[in-house]
Amino acid sequence: MSLITFDPARVPTFQVAAKSLLGDTQMRKNVRHATDVIQGKRKIVVDEMPDWQQLRESGRQIKEHTLKHLDHYLQQFEENCTKAGGVVHWARDAAEARAIVIDLVKQSGSNEVIKIKSMTTEEIGLNKGLEAVGVHAYETDLAELIIQMGNDLPSHIVVPALHKNRQQIREIFKREMNLPNLGDKPADLAEAARTFLREKFLRVKTGVSGANFLIAETGGVCVTESEGNGRMCLTLPETLITIAGVEKVIPRYQDLEVFLQLLPRSATGERMNPYNSIWTGVHPTDGPRSFHIVLMDNARTKILADDEARQTLACIRCGACQNICPVYRQTGGHAYGSVYAGPIGAILTPQLQEMHSGQSLPYASSLCGACYEVCPVKINIPEVLIHLRHKVVEQDTQGFGALNPEALAMKAMAMLFTSERRFRAAQRMGRMAERPLVNKAGWVTWLPGLLGGWTQVRDLHEMPRQTFREWFEQRGATDGK
Amino acid sequence: MANSLEARTEILRRIRVATGKSANAAAIEAEWKAIQRDYKLAASVDREGLLHQFEDRLRDYDAGVYRVTADGVRALVGQILAERGKQTMAVPAGIPSEWLPSEVTFVEDLRGDVSPIDACEGVLTSATLAIAETGTIVLQDAPGEGRRAVTLLPDYHLCVVDAAKIVQTVPEAMARLQATAHVATTFFSGPSATADIEMTRIKGVHGPRFVDVILIVA
Ligand code: SF4
Repeated sequence: MSLITFDPARVPTFQVAAKSLLGDTQMRKNVRHATDVIQGKRKIVVDEMPDWQQLRESGRQIKEHTLKHLDHYLQQFEENCTKAGGVVHWARDAAEARAIVIDLVKQSGSNEVIKIKSMTTEEIGLNKGLEAVGVHAYETDLAELIIQMGNDLPSHIVVPALHKNRQQIREIFKREMNLPNLGDKPADLAEAARTFLREKFLRVKTGVSGANFLIAETGGVCVTESEGNGRMCLTLPETLITIAGVEKVIPRYQDLEVFLQLLPRSATGERMNPYNSIWTGVHPTDGPRSFHIVLMDNARTKILADDEARQTLACIRCGACQNICPVYRQTGGHAYGSVYAGPIGAILTPQLQEMHSGQSLPYASSLCGACYEVCPVKINIPEVLIHLRHKVVEQDTQGFGALNPEALAMKAMAMLFTSERRFRAAQRMGRMAERPLVNKAGWVTWLPGLLGGWTQVRDLHEMPRQTFREWFEQRGATDGK
Repeated sequence: MANSLEARTEILRRIRVATGKSANAAAIEAEWKAIQRDYKLAASVDREGLLHQFEDRLRDYDAGVYRVTADGVRALVGQILAERGKQTMAVPAGIPSEWLPSEVTFVEDLRGDVSPIDACEGVLTSATLAIAETGTIVLQDAPGEGRRAVTLLPDYHLCVVDAAKIVQTVPEAMARLQATAHVATTFFSGPSATADIEMTRIKGVHGPRFVDVILIVA
């Protein structure tokens, strides 16, 4: 994470940002290449699992169950973690979380910290906060290091520097690590990072991490990663501070059997990522002598209270929806003006901003439904997008929501999206029903009845003959031997 | 921290408002047990198939794979280390002494300062269990496996796995690990790697960049 941060209240709308980013052909090439590679790998390791759909359903149910009893599981986690020697802190919002971490770092007596990639710390702008009190944070994940040294912003939740290619990365490392002869083979770049960070791992006394799963039953924490930088940060420092959103808790140790299958295959297209670490509080003679965990709300309880949007909190941050999204693949992640880009960002960001900003994001989608199909925990992203559009429209029309044609249309669409079958049927029907309304150029410029007011100000594009979803399935059918 | 206590009360209150009144522990447990789990729980291949799958997955990750009977471990360890040119190896307490060839210097981890381990050319350990389907080896803080840093700092890891400890699926592994769920645990699947540059998995960043696995078969 670099010192510049997204300020969702100030970034331009998605549509404005996307327009200018579409001109960056190099970035678009990089994003397309990387997402193609990762999708290809994902497909192979997902297709070899005959029980993939069953795993997804279990993943969904575990998350749904946990969210329903979140108070119970958080308290259970707190009790067990405390018993095991951990210290549990609670933070209502980003500012509170930052203050707690800064305080803990100061108490640890260190003016440096080593950090594992954590979207939650990005969300709260932790590095900037630490820097303001004279604490330097070293990002240790390769992609995060690239972002930090390039004074850039993350564009993907799993591979934050996905928008950079190897030559660009070499230029950044050459300059920042003072290595004029650095090669541009990925192995050269990884070696440079290894050498640069090794000394920091051995020297810095305080580590900061996020978490993938908090295990209520044991009070344990699970972090998944690839490079081993995570293990370094989790085991070598004297003090470890972990920050996690309250939704990261899972009921039992056994539940990991579902998520440790869903996550790596969805995220990086691997059967298992190189490293998973599970620790429980403080282990005498193994790892940090003091362990703190900050449980952060930061608008998550607002999302919890919204029945239709609650499923947003089931996300395990695999990034699969980003890789497959035709919109993300065109614009890259920065257009979303948030650390959470792509379909998950389009639903999560405005909600984390409590709908005060990011209102353009629910429109950053063609509603093709591909994100829903790849999501390992079956989050119906299109349904949530429509629900949020409805909210945005209601905000816009302040009280006239019920009579507003767009609001009505969104309500109807929200209904359609609540069932995958209904949604598919509607897509097919929509194509038939709209035929007489389509002009030669394929634009729907007039809609009968209430919707008329809507099309007076904007053109609605004709539904494609074959939806992306249908095309995708067909492609899958012809691809699969 | 008083502030944190206030935050705790407030967050739990918000959750209860959002989710309705809280259920009792027994009801929640019953509900958890009712979660649908129709995915594969147990092995679908025989013993030999299992070994093959595990070896195949390890090679996929670019790890070296060897098979040996219990009486041949020492000789094989000696041979592999000679081929790798390793003279000083870290070992955790509790490593079986009959695995250690005399021509190599073994440095036992004393769990203090990590620099003696960092100075070693590699580390030799046993393992708690392994998962064939994913090519994963699980290490816990146990005799022969040691604290987490010992398998992290050296650039090379030679891991001896008793073939009887290989299961096929992740659910089988989690069931076996349940009893030691509190122990510090590391799953590793091949050498350290990154896919952060153009999404291409390349071997080796901070953890051991080279991994060999010896399977002890009966
Ligand atoms: S919404 Fe689903 S697909 Fe997207 S990152 Fe979250 S878990 Fe992955």
